[in-house]
Amino acid sequence: MSDIAVAPGGTDGAWTLPSRGTVGILCLILAEASIFVIFVVAYIFYIGKSLTGPTPKEVLSLPIFTSICLLSSSYTVHAAVSALRRGQQRLCSLWLAATVLLGGIFLAGTAHEWYDLIYNHGLTIQTNLFGTTFYSLVGLHASHVVVGLIMLSLALWFSVSGKMHHHHWEKLEVLSLYWHFVDGVWVVVFLVVYVLGR
Amino acid sequence: MATHIPLDEIHGSQEMGEQTQRKLWLEVLHDWVTTVDHKKIGLMYISYALFFLLVAGFEALLMRIQLAVPNNHFVSPEVFNGLFTMHGTTMVFFVGMPILFGFGNYLIPLMIGARDMAFPRLNAFSFWISAFGGLLLYYSYIGGSGLYGAGSAPDVGWFAYAPLTAKVFSPGHSTDYWTLSLLLTGIGTIGTALNIVATIISMRCPGMKMSRLPLLPWLYLVTSGLAFVAIGPLTAAQIMLMLDRYLGSHFFDTQAGGSAVLWMHFFWIFGHPEVYILVLPAFAFANEIIPVFSRKAIFGYPAMVAASVGIGFVSLGVWAHHMFTVGLGAAENTFFVLSTMVIAVPTGIKIFNWLATLWGGKIQFTASMLFALAFLFQFLIAGLTGIMLSVAPFDWQLGNSYFVVAHFHYVLVGAILFMVFSAFYFWYPKMTGRMLSEKLGKWHFWLFLIGFHLTFDFMHIPGLLGMPRRVYTYEADRGWMIWNMIISSGAVVQAVATLLFVYNMVWSYFKGPLAGPDPWDAWTLEWTTTSPPPSYNFAETPEVSSRRPLWDLKHPDDPDSDYEIGPSRRSRAKKESQ
Repeated sequence: MSDIAVAPGGTDGAWTLPSRGTVGILCLILAEASIFVIFVVAYIFYIGKSLTGPTPKEVLSLPIFTSICLLSSSYTVHAAVSALRRGQQRLCSLWLAATVLLGGIFLAGTAHEWYDLIYNHGLTIQTNLFGTTFYSLVGLHASHVVVGLIMLSLALWFSVSGKMHHHHWEKLEVLSLYWHFVDGVWVVVFLVVYVLGR
Repeated sequence: MATHIPLDEIHGSQEMGEQTQRKLWLEVLHDWVTTVDHKKIGLMYISYALFFLLVAGFEALLMRIQLAVPNNHFVSPEVFNGLFTMHGTTMVFFVGMPILFGFGNYLIPLMIGARDMAFPRLNAFSFWISAFGGLLLYYSYIGGSGLYGAGSAPDVGWFAYAPLTAKVFSPGHSTDYWTLSLLLTGIGTIGTALNIVATIISMRCPGMKMSRLPLLPWLYLVTSGLAFVAIGPLTAAQIMLMLDRYLGSHFFDTQAGGSAVLWMHFFWIFGHPEVYILVLPAFAFANEIIPVFSRKAIFGYPAMVAASVGIGFVSLGVWAHHMFTVGLGAAENTFFVLSTMVIAVPTGIKIFNWLATLWGGKIQFTASMLFALAFLFQFLIAGLTGIMLSVAPFDWQLGNSYFVVAHFHYVLVGAILFMVFSAFYFWYPKMTGRMLSEKLGKWHFWLFLIGFHLTFDFMHIPGLLGMPRRVYTYEADRGWMIWNMIISSGAVVQAVATLLFVYNMVWSYFKGPLAGPDPWDAWTLEWTTTSPPPSYNFAETPEVSSRRPLWDLKHPDDPDSDYEIGPSRRSRAKKESQ
């Protein structure tokens, strides 16, 4: 007795399951989102509760240009994935480079904003509750941008040096999902910090 | 289309183990440290958790010796504060989570017919970072006092309320070790949870639709989903605490307008789902073990899945029942009273399903089944005291008393630990190839049962009499003495029973009877391969067409797929009619 036929039926057609990379990154995004929710809740909870100045109205200005840069980088990374999917290697490199550039501009904008806040307005994380929640929320987001930029730069390096091929498109898509998430979080942060909180 | 499960695998090759040459211990160590095999990682999780179970159990024993008689000076108040903090933190993060993830790691790929987890290297990373977190927590006993010379172990309680954790009130580094270790294990937990979800979604063998997934993976799916949304807030709160302590921010600093209640919210948004992260795997074990020893398929599989998912969602909206004594306001209290009571509904469905599974079954009273039956009974009582405490005015009276301590230990020990023991008796043969001694197992069961009820039944009484938790001693005229004496003696009985269990595991590893691939005549895929399974799990990827593939294999004339409602049955009926 070596083999036994188990009841027929059940596996009609091809057996395909969702890609593990996509499922994994969606889980990570869920976990990350719950971290951000807590920081956003803390920010909203402490709006207007600072005992001393400066207040958001006095020191914050809308970072419209850098926000546009970051949000449009969502499009460029999507274009990079599509290009790789179609096998257009060089176009993919180009779009990735654009993404890294746009993300870099956003980060530089944040750095400039922080420099201005710290040295011209005297707002640090220790100053008041606004400083505490502002730097932690925006900083948490910026650290995610940094991680994303490191990974995108690596992808760009692989793409330029010819190590990334057509069949890697699903992996690049996983990275792009993370980047879309970082951009999506910025929409929330922007609305909470610069619109609601001002 | 016929599906095949090779039977050579079932009548597996026992001689395989003897053929492999003996390795140097350094090679063995190297194997274990560098492994990405889900079974080895699972076993490392389990042994790491068992080690900490003994450590944290020992801490509990020290506390019970201290509280056995009034005005005792066995340990100092400072040491006592450290003991209950370390006991709680260890049991939740370094016993409960790793032991459950250990079983999950070991069993899920086997149950769904996969060769490994979806991300084997992430799996190893998650284990080692969690293990490092545990070591970091205990390193505080050496490094905690730091340059300031204050306190050794963290002594802020396992939920570390602000402002106790502020730099002013917790000088030194003990609280930092606590924070860092929880941050690290949190990362490990998210990694493992992610892996479990990706494995269950993406690695199932052909034919294993979600509607045929065994209930153990199903419940681990819910647990993992909860882990994402629960560990996130914990991690966020720990980051805030670190910022407060190191960079001078003011999240929980009331002097700068910060709020101590915010920490409570953030902690319990994690803390309550955490209870379900721990208890759902216990339910998962019960779902596999009770049917096998009742010789019946589980009653109400879809209801079981729905109830588990329901518990997952409702458990996210009940956290503030830990905070009734804060004075949140009538509307908030009412909401959390009701949501807490609602969670009893899906839980009740589960209990009825287990009872219905037992009903009319040929029940086999093995050690594993005894633990599972005790779990049913004790989990019911734990749920009932839970409903009592969910009533806000009742909670105002008994919040932070020994009644609460008795309630949640009834869940953690009476339900979860009993089910973990049950799982050990059930799957130890699969993991090691040898059976645990049934005789020692029954001694273990009865001793532990007696010890458990001595301790935790009687612990409700000093709580009702007003004894607060976390007091290091009490006066003789309070009338709590006799109860504390009984509680402490029960703790000693439990300790003896646990040592008996450890002895059983060691003895059976060398001397236990050989298990063979399927000692319990069970029905899920892990029993089709050898015990212990080869590193590749299955020589040939199995294909399944029902929830109990091994039943189909053993009873080809009467397969389950004939009875399960679903596309397969319909297509079969269609074929017959043609």
